[in-house]
Amino acid sequence: MQVLVAVTEVVEVADDFEIEGLSIDDRYREYDLNEWDDYAVEAAVQLAEAGVADEVVTVTVGPERAEETIRMALAKGADRAVRVWDDALADQPLLDVAAKTRLLRAVVEAESPDLVLAGVQAGDDAWGATGVSLAHAIGYEWAAVVTGFELDGDRAHVRRELEGGVEALVDVELPAVLTIQTGINEPRYASLRGIRQAQSKEIAVRTLADLDLAADDVESAIELTDMFEPTAEGETRFLEGDAGEQAAALAEVLRERGVGAE
Amino acid sequence: MTTVLAVAEHRRGELRDVSLELVTAGRELAEAVDGDLHVAVVGGDVDRFAEALNREGVDTIHTVTEGEEFNHDVTLQAVEALAASLEPAVVLLPNSVDGLDYAPAAADALGWPLVTDAVGLEADDRLVATREMYGSKVATTVAVEFPAVVSIRPTEWPAAEGLGDAAVEAFEFDLDEGAVGTTVTGFEEAAGGDVDISEADVLVSIGRGIGDEDNLDLVFDLAEALGATVSSSRPIVDAGWLEKNRQVGQSGKTVTPEVYLAIGISGAVQHVAGMKGAKTIVAINTDPNAPIFDIADVGVVGDLFDVVPALIEQFS
Repeated sequence: MQVLVAVTEVVEVADDFEIEGLSIDDRYREYDLNEWDDYAVEAAVQLAEAGVADEVVTVTVGPERAEETIRMALAKGADRAVRVWDDALADQPLLDVAAKTRLLRAVVEAESPDLVLAGVQAGDDAWGATGVSLAHAIGYEWAAVVTGFELDGDRAHVRRELEGGVEALVDVELPAVLTIQTGINEPRYASLRGIRQAQSKEIAVRTLADLDLAADDVESAIELTDMFEPTAEGETRFLEGDAGEQAAALAEVLRERGVGAE
Repeated sequence: MTTVLAVAEHRRGELRDVSLELVTAGRELAEAVDGDLHVAVVGGDVDRFAEALNREGVDTIHTVTEGEEFNHDVTLQAVEALAASLEPAVVLLPNSVDGLDYAPAAADALGWPLVTDAVGLEADDRLVATREMYGSKVATTVAVEFPAVVSIRPTEWPAAEGLGDAAVEAFEFDLDEGAVGTTVTGFEEAAGGDVDISEADVLVSIGRGIGDEDNLDLVFDLAEALGATVSSSRPIVDAGWLEKNRQVGQSGKTVTPEVYLAIGISGAVQHVAGMKGAKTIVAINTDPNAPIFDIADVGVVGDLFDVVPALIEQFS
């Protein structure tokens, strides 16, 4: 079977940062493989190692810069990658779920995988929606927030992580999209050999025209109108000084609240 | 008349708290668009749920008797049928784990734009939602035309109060059984253990900042000095360094100790959901902009590897 993994490059923001218009100033942006997707890649690679998956393909919507992140997924064991990008995408400050769904749907229809794995959410914008939206659009079944799954013929036995330490057990018909939660496995570090091999693996670039899509298809219905630093809800009393002075002041705070009293 | 449709959530026989928060958010939105608030509940003991949902400001409650527990295929079909019948301006859903499992499908099925995890909602000629990004370091506003599907973050709105006089109506639709490809077969509690962090008066809670499993000794030393119990944020449990029963947060335990000492925890919303009820929150973090400081009563900006040993010294 073929397993497709949706891989997102996320923006990580430095401790101190500035907002420039509707985005974080370039100087304070770093890029990385989305944490949730790291677990999804690992789950797919484990299926390949178990002889269940014949091929693991990643798909990413992102500019050329994202190839560094895609190479990380390839170095961990994915076989090849598809990267979707177009000038029409570069101009949009926010690509909404529907637009991302149309892009990914076109790739899934070309690849027709038996299983699609995606992260529960992207660590930066946290929409948490692309995987399930994609599943519905392509007519696959799905399960969101998955902490374990086992393939069994034409279905998957899936654990969904609910609130408060409870898990739901669900059976899902294949083909399906599973959105993967952190902690489902232990993502590997890329080996030196893997990193070398990744250099020669294919990253196929697809434009809107390649996917039979028009610029209208990816126009976001959602407009980003403002970005700002949230104001703190309460009053925090910050303890000043060096570590010793801070610890002494903190000890006093804690003792006032009965901590450490036998 | 413009309609706002909020869809309640229940699990294992209980209406979940977010349902009454949806009523509050829905009522505010209905007032803003000068419309009606309709609430729907799908499956389970719908009559009992309808009674609990009948709060001030709710105009109509639609009960759908189909199944017991949440099934995304059934809920999705019910929401599609309700939307076709009521033509609401907004379908308001919870950004809960089950919400994540059907809100995006509902938006795709209806062909409406989707805004998830809203922490604030306003309406003029468009819907304006406040959302957070980058682990709550940044807030954004987004605007979208009606109709739209919107999911709200749990615990951001207060629970609706006051007895309502809503009309309760049974809503019937033809379920397409062939389109139900997912079956819920059961529930399981996370593995137990002998530590009950929800009973502790003082919690020393550790996050990603601890860096390495070997450094956990330092935290246990502090807990011993303070007479406290050790808990953690999610990454520590994901890494397998502590058992799941020590995890504080949305998918772990909700705790309300006298003192919560958050060490090397950035304060992601899922974590904060589980500890914001603590009486005194102390945070130690190297990042002065960490969201944990937004809710901390006492803050220490500094390296835990300097501050924690000094603090142990103070108590030994």
